[in-house]
Amino acid sequence: MASTVRRAAILGGNRIPFARTNGPYARASNQDMLTATLDGLVARFGLQGERVGEVAAGAVLKHSRDYNLTREAVLGSALSPWTPAYDVQQACGTGLETAILVANKIALRQLESGVAAGVDSASDAPIAVGEDLRQVLLELNRARSPKARLAALARLRPSALRPEIPRNGEPRTGLSMGEHAASTAVQWQISREAQDELTMASHRHLAAAYDSGFFDELVTPYLGLSRDQNLRPDSSMESLARLKPVFGTRLGDGTQATMTAGNSTPLSDGASAVLLASADWAAQHNLPVQAYLVDAETAAVDYVHGEEGLLMAPAYAVPRLLARNGLALQDFDFYEIHEAFASTVLATLAAWEDPEFCKQRLGLDGPLGAIDRDRLNVNGSSLAAGHPFAATGGRIVATLARLLKEKGSGRGLISICAAGGQGVVAILEAA
Amino acid sequence: MSDRYRDLTLSPVGRRVTKTLGLPRPAVLRRYTPGEPLLPGPALLASSGGALGEVLARTLDAAGVELHAADDGTREFAALVFDATGVESVADLAELHATLSPALRHLGPSGRLLVLSRPAGTATSAAVGAARQALDGLVRSLAKELRAGGTANLVTVEEGAEQALESTLRFFLSGRSAFVSGQVVAVTTADRDRAAAPEDWDRPLTGRVAVVTGAAQGIGAAIASCLSRDGAHVVCADLPAQGERLAGVANQVGGTALQVDITSDRAAQRISEHAVGRHGRLDIVVHNAGITRDRLFANMDDATWRSVLAVNLDAQLRINAGLLDEHILGADSRIIAASSTSGIAGNRGQANYAASKAGIIGMVRTSAPDLAGVGGTINAVAPGFIETEMTAAMPFAVREVARRINSLKQGGLPVDVAETICWLSQAASGGLNGQVVRVCGQNLVGA
Repeated sequence: MASTVRRAAILGGNRIPFARTNGPYARASNQDMLTATLDGLVARFGLQGERVGEVAAGAVLKHSRDYNLTREAVLGSALSPWTPAYDVQQACGTGLETAILVANKIALRQLESGVAAGVDSASDAPIAVGEDLRQVLLELNRARSPKARLAALARLRPSALRPEIPRNGEPRTGLSMGEHAASTAVQWQISREAQDELTMASHRHLAAAYDSGFFDELVTPYLGLSRDQNLRPDSSMESLARLKPVFGTRLGDGTQATMTAGNSTPLSDGASAVLLASADWAAQHNLPVQAYLVDAETAAVDYVHGEEGLLMAPAYAVPRLLARNGLALQDFDFYEIHEAFASTVLATLAAWEDPEFCKQRLGLDGPLGAIDRDRLNVNGSSLAAGHPFAATGGRIVATLARLLKEKGSGRGLISICAAGGQGVVAILEAA
Repeated sequence: MSDRYRDLTLSPVGRRVTKTLGLPRPAVLRRYTPGEPLLPGPALLASSGGALGEVLARTLDAAGVELHAADDGTREFAALVFDATGVESVADLAELHATLSPALRHLGPSGRLLVLSRPAGTATSAAVGAARQALDGLVRSLAKELRAGGTANLVTVEEGAEQALESTLRFFLSGRSAFVSGQVVAVTTADRDRAAAPEDWDRPLTGRVAVVTGAAQGIGAAIASCLSRDGAHVVCADLPAQGERLAGVANQVGGTALQVDITSDRAAQRISEHAVGRHGRLDIVVHNAGITRDRLFANMDDATWRSVLAVNLDAQLRINAGLLDEHILGADSRIIAASSTSGIAGNRGQANYAASKAGIIGMVRTSAPDLAGVGGTINAVAPGFIETEMTAAMPFAVREVARRINSLKQGGLPVDVAETICWLSQAASGGLNGQVVRVCGQNLVGA
């Protein structure tokens, strides 16, 4: 076994434009979108028939028939059918987690190349039969005699026919993610104006990046869409201010409700993929290295007992990652903080600036401090692009790698919050 | 799209009706498949005291062609090759007539008439110049007289350029030139090393790196596929908005997709970075991307005029300049630009398009010495009526007329344009520079 650990290189990525739910991708399945995304990656890098070390991908909303989603997508793609694949699921952290898994295997010399990907469809969502009906159907299947079958069917009530549609809520609290985030926003006193400002910046940055051709080598159009459908280049403070709050309306006297459909990400459909490899493999294939994935950390918080906000785990993961790498929060040229909600980004930044939080919660001597906001999500993020859960990590990794490639030096921090009180963070460095 | 009329003429009833009424009867053209013999039958190699006899015999023999020096009337020929480099007088022309006239009756379906002469321009006397130029009119007329998919073309061979002839000889005899007829092509003195024969004539582009603009569909996709079949690695370029189809083409031909707007300032840089960065070199640039914005000139606004010229002409000029300035194009490099018969003959409602496509011809002729300076060439192809999604959208009557007004009585296929580009792309085609080859079945318009 080889003893030295090496750095895993990010060679680039591909994604399809993200669509709003029930938009142009309404009839596209996760497998369709993931296959198209892999094919776009293959076309960009000339990997037709190539046996890549492995493909790791996943979806958050997944049909039971898609138990081998990634492998099926590989078989439908232009990659070699001899390419192994597996599914990963860590809520909104899935996309970044797959990149970390592939990078770690490359670092340990178990792989020379790999693809990390993620896909999600909120339109083509799995609908399950209710628990009552499911029990009846299982009993019916077990029944051996006509009498037993009748007995099973006799337990069927009309109410059992109501389907179970997946919802964006936490099973242990019954609260939607937006309601959780709204509590956190109140706790950290995140203003409506600050949230709308961040939202407007996201739209303007993403639009400018498209206009400059930044995404020409990151995005492949799909089903008639060439840019993210949610993107509103003319987004303004006035237009955002007109939107009514949708989350946190029942908190306190209701006046503290600040979260709107504008400063929260919409349900989205889309897929993304990232090509990772060893520097040797990259050189053999004449593919320039865009960045290296240096290190990563995941954290989880106890949001169930109200100890911490649902989406605050990155606030804990980042200081652990910084400490391990001997870095300060200010040692980065780019910050890619996933905009699940504008308030989530702002609450995380506020926590890092708060001496009490950093001392009591993080066990630090002082606050991590503020970041240069001009380095935050410079080419837009989820508020503008949309957020197909498992596809966001790949979008961010490929975007940041390209930013670092264009700058030619430096370091970037990725922070992604996820359902279940989790957070996945990583450091990328320019090649 | 399918040519229903032609299919009808192939049926027993349709055959009788069209024959009786004297209607056009388009043939099914012989097209190239890798690995097949150069010709489906024997060839007659005749001459009137020409200088190419030995070269032609050696080359065709090596290509596996069964050669005959005389027509005894017992067999059908797949090709008639006439070495007219010795034609220097009216009397010589009569000798040519005596040989070719009876032989023409024995030319089989999709037969090839290929006449080789010295360029008229280098003649030292009026009589010689006249005799050579006479061949031009002769060949163009025979192209119109040939039946059953036959083509006739004239190749002028400069003295000393004999070694650079083979790729052209093979192109015109093979099924690759199915829709090229009534053309005059000049093979000039090329550096002999630069016209080296490929190891395998079925894979003449092995090891070469090509970029094709507008590769997401239609003729561009066919060019990408053809270049790839001939051994090249193909960088398929198109607008970012065409990315989905582009990726499909790239994956099909085993190439790479490059989403780039050719009118952007960085286009040349993006192309060279991709080709050289990924594949170490760039040998072949095919400027295929083009748009039409038809409008009568008097009603044409500024934006309509500018957009067509920007995409069809200015982008090519700037990319060529960028690639030459950065020394990306070196020995054996090839630029092939898409012109159009509209650029030669003009077209009502297409002043902008025709201007851009005529501009391409000017660009190619003027740039030829620059390319020669680095050991490369630049040529243009001018497609006539080609069966694409664009022509399928034409009104029925207009389309039917446009389709039939050429000597082959049918539209060409995207692959016919692609094959011509592949021939010009070969390292062995170094003797062709600054030329415009029409792929139009000898269209009445612009031919």
